[in-house]
Amino acid sequence: MDFNTAEELLEICKKENKPISEIMRLREIIYGESNADEVDARMKKSLEIMRNSAHKPLKDVVRSIGGMIGGEAEKLEKRRTEGKSICGNVLTKALIYSQAVLEVNASMGVIVAAPTAGSAGVLPAVLFALEEEFNLDDETLLKGLFTAGAIGCLLMKNASVSGAEAGCQAEIGSAAAMASAAAVEMMGGTPEQCLDAASITISNMLGLVCDPIAGLVEMPCQSRNAAGASNALTSAEMALAGIKAAVPFSEMSDTMYRVGKGLPAELRETALGGCAATPTGCALKCKIFG
Amino acid sequence: MAFISVFEVIGPNMVGPSSSHTAGAASIARLAWRMLHNKVKSVHFTLYGSFARTYQGHGTDRALLGGMMGFKTDDVRIRDSFEIAEKEGIEFSFSANTIETDVHPNTVDMEIEDITGRKLTVRGESIGGGKVRLTRINGVKVLFTGEYHSLIVVHKDHPGVIANVTTVLSKCKVNIAYLRVYRENKGGIAYMIIESDEEITPNTVEEIEKNGFVKDTMLIRR
Repeated sequence: MDFNTAEELLEICKKENKPISEIMRLREIIYGESNADEVDARMKKSLEIMRNSAHKPLKDVVRSIGGMIGGEAEKLEKRRTEGKSICGNVLTKALIYSQAVLEVNASMGVIVAAPTAGSAGVLPAVLFALEEEFNLDDETLLKGLFTAGAIGCLLMKNASVSGAEAGCQAEIGSAAAMASAAAVEMMGGTPEQCLDAASITISNMLGLVCDPIAGLVEMPCQSRNAAGASNALTSAEMALAGIKAAVPFSEMSDTMYRVGKGLPAELRETALGGCAATPTGCALKCKIFG
Repeated sequence: MAFISVFEVIGPNMVGPSSSHTAGAASIARLAWRMLHNKVKSVHFTLYGSFARTYQGHGTDRALLGGMMGFKTDDVRIRDSFEIAEKEGIEFSFSANTIETDVHPNTVDMEIEDITGRKLTVRGESIGGGKVRLTRINGVKVLFTGEYHSLIVVHKDHPGVIANVTTVLSKCKVNIAYLRVYRENKGGIAYMIIESDEEITPNTVEEIEKNGFVKDTMLIRR
């Protein structure tokens, strides 16, 4: 039931006639160190933490430790409830929840790293936006989490999910690939379509650098979580429409890793390049750390 | 290829903002805390690399101190660990070493003294995604993750000690997954790190401690 490549995963799905989520769940029960009840209970807990972190800042605005972010989710929600949003409900809600999770994270609240803390807003954003707009139940959302886990697992094995190693494309790019596959499965797509969506997502975020201002998980991380969520929805929509990825997922994850390794150190979480090295980025750093 | 759990991808559940600088820091200190026999009296943390440069903005200091009180990565008490430690009467301090560069970017040294006056120095590294490893115990280079049931046997480097320990483990039906031995010098103090799939019981440890060359043991349950 274990797999090392996307091809192996699809082969197992076909042989067992099961969606990616169920293969990933069974794999955890067989090779992980817990039984079915424990695995399901643990994933339910993850979903609850995600739900809380995606909604909390809408009632309770919190400032980040560095002071660069806080209140973004509430601003977007205000505009949405006034009927002014130009993005439509699914995308706008995804943007709101992605911002909320990063606000909770940056103020030392509890989040689920998915796959990392800096990219933790993408998956809940897509999950809860679709939940509300399409009346999805928890069972469906849990399937989304397992499917996302399968994609993340492939990326951890064959590429990287670390900004320090391969840039933001490996963190928020991976989170978005995971979320797009989750969206496809939750909305009734096939395992092939899940991987098409994941591949399209990575190709659309290929080369994105990791350049946190003052080295903190605040900006541009927060707005990039919004970009990741919208990318995930874009490619899920394309894959569900039957559009194939130009490059298969396994080749795409390989090339993402190579592109990441090719990025100069300044653009891999060292806060020495990109947004962090702009005059404004440097000034913010001085203001925060003195 | 090593098994990657779905909860390593969707997880860890953690207090933000950084899996390496916050969750990893809490895990390193908690792992050291699990090695102690008694309550902590005082602890000094020396931070290196990226830990040294950005620890305040990531709550690394609060996470380290929280871990030193046994808090897990998703324990919200991490936010208030300074106040809690003060209330508990634990002395703590931090220093940043930005001169030493020949270390993993997220490294911390912890000089711990427990309430009986026993001292322990541990170096930990946060290697990404919340994963951690301990790389030094009392100055001796080791490698230890705490992912398994583990036993650290501190002993004199002397013929037969390892055979004796493994015999006891075998008698107690403990299957050794990994066994590594590190020593400071020939005939000096050695650290035997045993990692097992099964839980190692205090009775087994007592049996091991009967060996005269065994100076100390640390039992770390998963």
